[in-house]
Amino acid sequence: MSILIDETTPVLVQGMTGDKGTFHTKEMVAYGTNVVGGVTPGKGGGSHLGLPLFNTMKEAVKPTGATTSITFVAPAFCADAIMEAADAGVRLICSITDGIPAQDMMRVKRYLMRYPKDRRPMMVGPNCAGIISPGKAMLGIMPGHIYLQGNVGVISRSGTLGYEAASQMKAHGIGITTSVGIGGDPINGSSFLDHLALFEEDTETDAVLMIGEIGGPQEAEASAWIKDNMSKPVIGFVAGLTAPKGRRMGHAGAIISAAGDSAAEKAEIMRSCGLTVAPNPSEFGSTVAGVLASRQERRAIA
Amino acid sequence: MDVHEYQAKELLSSFGVPVPKGAVAFSPDQAVYAATELGGWNWAVKAQIHAGARGKAGGIKLCKTYHEVRDAAANMLGKRLVTIQTGPEGKPVQRVYIEVAEPFDRELYLGYVLDRKAERIRVIASQRGGMEIEEIAKTEPEAILQVVVEPAVGLQAFQARELAFQLGLSIKQAQSAVSTIMNAYRAFRDCDATMLEINPLVVAKDDRVLALDAKMSFDDNALFRRHNVADMHDPSQQDPREAQAAEHNLNYIGLEGEIGCIVNGAGLAMATMDMIKHAGGTPANFLDVGGGASPERIATALKLVLSDSKVKAVLVNIFAGINRCDWVAKGVVQACTTVDVKVPLVVRLAGTNVEEGRKILAESGLKLITAETLAEAAEKAVEACQGRLAA
Repeated sequence: MSILIDETTPVLVQGMTGDKGTFHTKEMVAYGTNVVGGVTPGKGGGSHLGLPLFNTMKEAVKPTGATTSITFVAPAFCADAIMEAADAGVRLICSITDGIPAQDMMRVKRYLMRYPKDRRPMMVGPNCAGIISPGKAMLGIMPGHIYLQGNVGVISRSGTLGYEAASQMKAHGIGITTSVGIGGDPINGSSFLDHLALFEEDTETDAVLMIGEIGGPQEAEASAWIKDNMSKPVIGFVAGLTAPKGRRMGHAGAIISAAGDSAAEKAEIMRSCGLTVAPNPSEFGSTVAGVLASRQERRAIA
Repeated sequence: MDVHEYQAKELLSSFGVPVPKGAVAFSPDQAVYAATELGGWNWAVKAQIHAGARGKAGGIKLCKTYHEVRDAAANMLGKRLVTIQTGPEGKPVQRVYIEVAEPFDRELYLGYVLDRKAERIRVIASQRGGMEIEEIAKTEPEAILQVVVEPAVGLQAFQARELAFQLGLSIKQAQSAVSTIMNAYRAFRDCDATMLEINPLVVAKDDRVLALDAKMSFDDNALFRRHNVADMHDPSQQDPREAQAAEHNLNYIGLEGEIGCIVNGAGLAMATMDMIKHAGGTPANFLDVGGGASPERIATALKLVLSDSKVKAVLVNIFAGINRCDWVAKGVVQACTTVDVKVPLVVRLAGTNVEEGRKILAESGLKLITAETLAEAAEKAVEACQGRLAA
């Protein structure tokens, strides 16, 4: 198994007819993703790349049975597109769009909270590389060939650092069940924690690599959850040891930010919660290999 | 994006937040003229920079005569003001704000911030306004009042009322405070702010509640729909190289080290800096060229990094997804033919179209050091920087 997507997942592309939408739809289809149509207001009834086009998400979901959408919609209109997808009953919304205003995302999150937990769509992104279940389906903009199919889950805030990890793992012969880019914006659709919970339940995933960055509370929250709930080993990393402290205006940010914002502090929190922390970003592959090997040894002894 | 105090006050005032009367001046003459126009015999002359803690650094002077106003303005204008929030290089003072000095009884704190953890707007207030607010937040957290705003309905009057009474205000003062708290929230929401701080919020002798200082930061992603805010941009307050980078949509932050970095993606850029440090070198900058980097963008980035005289080697690290290695390689070649590159250049390409990219570099005849992995790239950059490796 994998989490979130596989080769059967029916996908609609919001903003498919634009330059980026066109290019990446072709790539996704070539990888094996089950793209069933596109939504561009005003182009309904036509077709693009041999796929049917619709004016609205509701119109599109009904005949196609789509459960998932990906947005290549311009930042000014993207919050609207995400809410439209949620309202049309889609279960998973992946937003690639970079540059959505933070207050728009605040409203999107509030909108999603209207749905009871069992009917609430999962949102991934915005400003992310997307999701890939290697060998099955790709919902995003990553170079598919650097991923090997396997038994490790990956969650990364940064897209390109996620690529780096995948290619190092491939060099060590280690594959991935699913890799999720949760995005680098201040307000994300979903966090490390949401996907850790899915990987914990996924029978094919044996270990998880989570790649964080400086800033924000997500890594610390996820580490605490791992300590209490996760049976599978987790490898962590936090980029930005050498990053300069952000310049600031006034005191308001400092008043509300808890301790543990810097890379060193976050890495320490990870260690104290039982994660294996990769010593530097060139050792994702070797650290994951080490953790998998010691897990196998323990299994052999048991 | 940050704005000056006087700009924040103009904006707040337009939303109905009471502020003292004031006027901006670009020269000592204008400062004196502003003082005569404002009237009275007590003015504060305040240096306008994008940073706080000006008072202790000599950036705010209380004046009782036109002569004092002229001297204060002359002493501030054209200089750099260094405060604990500016860093050692300080910020240039090109404008001063002349404000009628209002007598007041109490100094309170009022702040608004887009809270990443709550994913909502959080209002912060305290009876203990002034410079020591961060210290108070640590030592006496109960002295900090906080309210989280439900985005579906916005800040409610009862929440503002609760804050006003918890601030220990009389009924007359509380009425003024409630409208100030509500109106400042509307300014924050309607202008896509990410931070608004009124410190101090003062209670005047006549029970009015006024914003004596104001700081605002805005969401860059929302400037497309806030033209009035975008127009307030003052590039003089930015590092000149950062301002130049911003013009080309490049995300650049200058640092103190010797190895220039050109990377795609913020996370990989930070990781590349971390690897340089790990290999024994020091990064000269953070630079994210972003997705869809055209040859022109790479060339612009290279010129920008080379404009830093401390740079002794440059590391280009591109893991192409949206980007394509062949475009990046063309950009490097194009840049090297237009810019005189005097320092060693280490290039590591990976991802989409990597073979074509490497081929373009190899056939260019340029003196480049290439690397296949992140670790190799960082080590070679450090060796090249220290003169132990040449192309």
